[in-house]
Amino acid sequence: MERVETPLRLFWRRFKRNRLAVAGGIIVISLFFVAIFAPYLSPYDPNEIDVSSILLPPSLDHPFGTDELGRDVLSRMIWGARISLQVGFVAVGIAVVIGVVLGAIAGYYGGMVDSLVMRFVDIMLSIPTFFLILAVIAFLEPSIFNIMAVIGLTSWMGVARLVRAEFLSLKEREFVMAAKSLGAGDMRIIFRHILPNAMAPVLVSAVLGVAGAVLTESALSFLGIGVQPPTPSWGNILTAGKDNIEIAWWLSFFPGLAILVTVLGYNLLGEGIRDAIDPRLRI
Amino acid sequence: MALYVIKRLITMIPVLIGITLISFFIIHLAPGKPTDILTELNPKITPEARERLEKLYGLDKPLHIQYLMWLKKVVRLDFGNSFSTDRRPVIEKIKERLPVTILINLLSILLILVTAIPIGVYSAVRQYSFFDKVMTVFVFVGFATPTFWLALLLMILFGIYLGWLPISGLTSLGYEKLTLWGKFTDLAQHLLLPVFVSAFGGLAGLSRYMRSNMLEVIRQDYITTARAKGLPERRVIYRHALRNALLPVITILGLSVPGLIGGSVIFETIFAIPGMGQLFYQGVLMRDYPLIMGILVIGAFLTLLGNLLADLAYALADPRIRLGG
Repeated sequence: MERVETPLRLFWRRFKRNRLAVAGGIIVISLFFVAIFAPYLSPYDPNEIDVSSILLPPSLDHPFGTDELGRDVLSRMIWGARISLQVGFVAVGIAVVIGVVLGAIAGYYGGMVDSLVMRFVDIMLSIPTFFLILAVIAFLEPSIFNIMAVIGLTSWMGVARLVRAEFLSLKEREFVMAAKSLGAGDMRIIFRHILPNAMAPVLVSAVLGVAGAVLTESALSFLGIGVQPPTPSWGNILTAGKDNIEIAWWLSFFPGLAILVTVLGYNLLGEGIRDAIDPRLRI
Repeated sequence: MALYVIKRLITMIPVLIGITLISFFIIHLAPGKPTDILTELNPKITPEARERLEKLYGLDKPLHIQYLMWLKKVVRLDFGNSFSTDRRPVIEKIKERLPVTILINLLSILLILVTAIPIGVYSAVRQYSFFDKVMTVFVFVGFATPTFWLALLLMILFGIYLGWLPISGLTSLGYEKLTLWGKFTDLAQHLLLPVFVSAFGGLAGLSRYMRSNMLEVIRQDYITTARAKGLPERRVIYRHALRNALLPVITILGLSVPGLIGGSVIFETIFAIPGMGQLFYQGVLMRDYPLIMGILVIGAFLTLLGNLLADLAYALADPRIRLGG
């Protein structure tokens, strides 16, 4: 039987030719694996305090050393992967939903609605995002949920712009006209006809957005207003690294490296997906 | 040109109003009242005193009235007094801290420009060369590096192991007694790491951007023309191509302002630099409402100013923009 060249197959063929993209994919999949199987992978209980092994440098027993309470850094990092995964996906989920809805409405209806939404986007973009996030967190309790919500609520603007641009051109196409003449309602045209055609760039920007959210969460946790100890997160292990900077380099080195590799993985994956979907989009 | 400036200024007004609206409502998003932090700290406060305080801050009025009252003061740059123990006007505190932050940001923009542009141009001219490949890896790693981690590593390396550079503050002890040159080198030593760290992310981004711009420009017909009429390659690259590839950089610089200002919170906190970012961070920890609001508005204003300057510079450099309106 003849193999049919489906869009998905074409995508996969292009994707796997790109070695960097595949590397990114492997990093992301490994991260999922580590996060899901954290209880089985971590050699110690991440919260077990051991006063006899405080601030030990890396050794066979503790490959990444121990922290100021004698907890195993590797185990805390393995559990921290869960936090970073959760924050990344939920925050980006929120941002994508808001961005898609506002962008679709602005692009589809145009006119006043469009100007209003885009002005709002301009306003949000001109407040330094990190200031905005800090200001909101200052008034809420720093919990994982609040952090995910705040990161999501302050990072949807890029998606909104993208979706709007796609809608502006797609709404003029014949298939939209066809749907209209068949009597489809606005909601049906927006979500069933146009949106599926605009999802590719949204997917790319979502994957890249996860990288951004992971960075923001770790920065917040590092500053002590993100994920609160004793819950382990890469950012708050780094806080301990800063407090013990003169004596314990391993507390700073390993968690930061984990953040770097993770963010790198999502970035490579995102760019790889973009190149595979549409090589013309490449910058 | 004047008309263009006026047009741009007018479009800034609704954005500014929007920013104040958002800033104002963030405060009221929070459970409790802004005065709670003042009253909580004082267990002996009577309900009457609490009410007086709320009246003082206008909290007994409806929200939209409160907003208008607040806006009336903000227009005169009066953000009220800080809630911290010194109770000084917010605007005074910001004024003290702003120059350091602006200095560091300007220095890092300068550093970004003088390193990213040559890197980008060279990578484009020698596309797929060894240098280009190394730089591509650097860019990907640079994008993914958390700046606060980089700061920690540099502090450990240069501050602790090598002992070459100071790792916190803006000046050493005994700064006052130094000669002018001594003061300058002392300040420069303290600024070296913060400026590098705050420039790092932008450096990766801009060199990548410069590379793709340059690649695009090199393919244009007028470059082929320049080569065809026998100009030396150097002249083609640095005169004909570079000028055109540089134009969009202006816009990118304008757009990077909010990131730089936001990033100042992180590196000013790590390096203990008394700038606006550190002030903001302390305000956040203390829940100092007037201070947070003030910095939020000023930060947004600086961003708008950066964008405006970038647009004007662009219009100056590219006559097509001005004519288009």
